[in-house]
Amino acid sequence: MKNCLIVDDSKVIRKVARHILETMEFNVSEAADGQEALEHCNDNSPDVILLDWNMPIMSGMDFLKAYRAAAASSAKVIFCTTENGIGHIQAAIAAGADEYVMKPFDRETLEAKLQIVGCI
Amino acid sequence: MQTENAYKKLSDLLEERTGQVLVANRHWRVEMALKPIMRENSIPDINTLTAILDGDSNSNLAKQCVEAMINNETCFFRDQANFALLTGPIFDSMREHRSQSKRLRIWSSACSTGQEAYSLAMSLSENRDKWRDWNIQIMATDVSTSALEQARAGRYSQFEIQRGLPVTMMLKYFTQDGEEWVANPSLSKMINFAEHNMLKPGHHMGQFDIILCRNMLMYLCDEKRKLALEQLNGSLAPDGILMLGAAETVIGQTEKFRSSTEFRGFYEKSDRPTAESMFARRASA
Repeated sequence: MKNCLIVDDSKVIRKVARHILETMEFNVSEAADGQEALEHCNDNSPDVILLDWNMPIMSGMDFLKAYRAAAASSAKVIFCTTENGIGHIQAAIAAGADEYVMKPFDRETLEAKLQIVGCI
Repeated sequence: MQTENAYKKLSDLLEERTGQVLVANRHWRVEMALKPIMRENSIPDINTLTAILDGDSNSNLAKQCVEAMINNETCFFRDQANFALLTGPIFDSMREHRSQSKRLRIWSSACSTGQEAYSLAMSLSENRDKWRDWNIQIMATDVSTSALEQARAGRYSQFEIQRGLPVTMMLKYFTQDGEEWVANPSLSKMINFAEHNMLKPGHHMGQFDIILCRNMLMYLCDEKRKLALEQLNGSLAPDGILMLGAAETVIGQTEKFRSSTEFRGFYEKSDRPTAESMFARRASA
């Protein structure tokens, strides 16, 4: 069973993503911002991280930079965000994101992205 | 009962134009699909709609209804594992078999809004060096005029563009235009799109080395499915490969095709010589 960390300040989004991922047999954890996600990653090694961009305390981009700078940062990172401009997408890839999903998305889109990054 | 009759009439219209059968569990989808047309034409319900269509089944309204009822569901690199087998080992095998002519013809035979054809074009572009000096044709056809319009434009919504398409390929082969993404001309020019109904005889497009016919046969009645498989057989090169949808098979449908002896999940002509028979023939000569 693979471990997925959902990082999103929206409880609803976390709930929906959790439901989708659990039906794909992921073991799901949640964090409400980048800081909480970093703390989670200190003690756990998720296989994949679904990452929102705009969050209070620490944004998804700041989390990604800090996470990728750490020695053990092997999780695949999929941005899941309403930011849909090409500048944001390019910046995310440059910072070490493996995939990018623009909200809103459906189960099939997420499933395909998880396949692309080799998590299913 | 009246509504059932209306669905029967719509089903007959769809079958006459496309060969597709409207099964009962698709009724809700059809009603959803027809709602915008009814709203636009101030038609209150589905019974009134079919009454109007009865009077003039050749109208633009009938065409719009047929287009709306066709299932255009598709995505980039659909059935990833099988698609990777196609664009990896099968393409390599074709490259070996066609090394003299350096010519490869691929037919995306129910291309819908074009994602399958663009996926093929991107796969070939990713291996540009391998295919240098090759004459490669990607033919992409569908019965839906509106789906083909979108396919030709190579224009996809945010929702469509990210279905199955890796983000790095999206950035490499598409350009953002507002809320949409448009295929770069270098990609579009690799594909010939055309309106074509393979169930209508008399329009032969020559032989193809690879044919993709995915998630189309499943909507046809037995008789039309047999006819489609006949047409596909006539259009496939003797050593060609047929790819169907993940939920489709030729087993029990036709004698013309069998499972590929080399590539699991793909199909070949039943009379294609196997590697063993070629060896035996050579040994006895």
